[in-house]
Amino acid sequence: MYRTILLARQVDERMWILNRAGRIPFVISGQGHEGAQVAIAWALEKGKDWIAPFYRSVGTLLAFGMGARDLMTAQFAKAIDVSSGGRQMPGHYGSQPKHLVSLSSPVATQMLHAVGIALAAKIRKTGEVAMSSMGEGSANQGDVHEGLNFAGVHKLPFILVVENNGYAISVPVSKQLPIENVADRASGYGMPGIVVDGGDVLECYRVAKTAVDRARRGEGSTFIEAKVIRLTGHSSDDQQTKYRTAEELADLTGKDPLPRYRGELRDAGVLTDEIEARIAAEVKAEVEDATTFAEEAAEPDPATAMKWVFAEDWPGETPPAWGFTLRGTGGH
Amino acid sequence: MPIKTYIEAIRDTLFDEMRRDEAIIVLGEDVGKKGGVFLATDGLWAEFGDDRVIDTPLTESMIVGASIGAAMNGLRPVAEIQFADFIAPAFNQLVNEAARMRYRSNNGFGVPMTVRAPYGGGVHGALYHSQSVEAFFAHVPGLKVVIPSTPYDAKGLLRTSIRDEDPVLFFEHKKMYRSVRGDVPDTDYTIPLGQAAITRPGTQITLIAYGLMAHYGLEAAELVADEGIDVEVVDVRSLRPLDKATILSSVEKTGKAIVVYEDNRFLGYGAEICAIIAEEAFDFLDGPVTRIAGPDVPGVPYNHILEDWFMVNPEKIADGIRKLAAY
Repeated sequence: MYRTILLARQVDERMWILNRAGRIPFVISGQGHEGAQVAIAWALEKGKDWIAPFYRSVGTLLAFGMGARDLMTAQFAKAIDVSSGGRQMPGHYGSQPKHLVSLSSPVATQMLHAVGIALAAKIRKTGEVAMSSMGEGSANQGDVHEGLNFAGVHKLPFILVVENNGYAISVPVSKQLPIENVADRASGYGMPGIVVDGGDVLECYRVAKTAVDRARRGEGSTFIEAKVIRLTGHSSDDQQTKYRTAEELADLTGKDPLPRYRGELRDAGVLTDEIEARIAAEVKAEVEDATTFAEEAAEPDPATAMKWVFAEDWPGETPPAWGFTLRGTGGH
Repeated sequence: MPIKTYIEAIRDTLFDEMRRDEAIIVLGEDVGKKGGVFLATDGLWAEFGDDRVIDTPLTESMIVGASIGAAMNGLRPVAEIQFADFIAPAFNQLVNEAARMRYRSNNGFGVPMTVRAPYGGGVHGALYHSQSVEAFFAHVPGLKVVIPSTPYDAKGLLRTSIRDEDPVLFFEHKKMYRSVRGDVPDTDYTIPLGQAAITRPGTQITLIAYGLMAHYGLEAAELVADEGIDVEVVDVRSLRPLDKATILSSVEKTGKAIVVYEDNRFLGYGAEICAIIAEEAFDFLDGPVTRIAGPDVPGVPYNHILEDWFMVNPEKIADGIRKLAAY
């Protein structure tokens, strides 16, 4: 898990460097969320269970089978980007073989897809569990209410993870929620609501494992709220110093899950200097490789841009060749 | 051949398809024990049970959103939106999610889902039980939109829609449910999407319509036949994909086109057909491409006199035909 958290951080940091260097136009970040993301996804079974992630889910994706190359080719929007072939903005990841649901920009919509996946898992008796993650800002969307209500009624094998970083772009949680914990709403949906310190990696794993086991046993859904921090602006187009004080931002460094988990592993004697150096070197090499690979990869061909509107070939209702050609000379 | 009403054809097709493929589930409001407010799903719950016929809470966005998820995980949902008027809360899921899923994932994910909804006025349904919503969805690449007008077509097109690998919106004019009857063979026929039907051959004017208006168009054609006006009627059946070839061939032959739709005139679906004819059959036109459509008010009023004022009917269509014929 430590390696994946570190990889998530370093891929993310590289994205920002590339953005500030003018090589990629947009970054949306997971920095500060990675501990909770990796630990929670770790509790699910890769290739079997499902995740409908959100745009900050860098750690979730890496923990669930995507690699640094997959993320970086999306950043550069190259033809081999597994998420979308360069069609979507960076941050809109997805992979069918890895059961990571493709996501859009309207927030919270993806949780209904996970609810539907869980419904299908229950009907088809596949034993799969579906998880969806989002921020606390998104948790106010109506889809969340509709989805949790249905998941509660049918005791679906579903887990909602709200990564609460205290801000919906610029709006602090005090203006988003009349209650302290979003997960307090869980009782209204007949499911447990668990609040966990998102900087406590092992506790996040334990909470998620309990929820997964419960779902797997057919006992129903769980609402997990992980209190995390947002170390960066909302995106590369946001300047968070405009709405957060310098003191507040300085205070975040002390809550960073990466050094905290590193310290815990060192204290426990699991992470030695030697292992730490080896992992750091591996991760650095992986990020370098992914960057070079993505930068050198081919751009998508506009000739492919009409593909996959539908499963079958779709010529589109294209206009006739200009110049009033008579019908019969061009295809319809 | 068995004679069935429009709604019987839909219901029987749902039975047939659910027996054929156990991946098909039906979900929506009151679709279970009650069998739907129009009884389109009557009896399904008794045969297929709770797992495959699901009474949902009153949550249209969830009905469509969860159908998308279920479709991505091996099921083939046939969702019912109780009235097309209530589809608005699901607009985001349909337009931003279902329509774009395959394209945005570069064919990683598909959404084999059918959403059925009764639409249309003339049944004292007022503003919120009468709407025509097809134009909103036909505009969006990634969605297919089907509106059959006969029991025969309802069966053939519903089978194709359910079996399609992409999301299909299947709109049923509620006034036709019990008023329209026709032959429905017990055979396994299907009708491909994207094929219009010439339901009345003619030589002087092409009338293009769908749904209830396809029937009214035929009635109007009969009204003017004695006056020596010979109208060809094209039933669009599939709004997207659209069969341009049949429409254009007919206009090429007749030289005059009148497009009929019940929705508000401005930017209604028929406007696109008019644009296609104007652009691609210009050399054959012998009169203005004409529309007969609903007035531009925000809904069908309830009072029966006001409702009659709103609704396009065979007489209004016949008037339009006469004017175009005289042009």
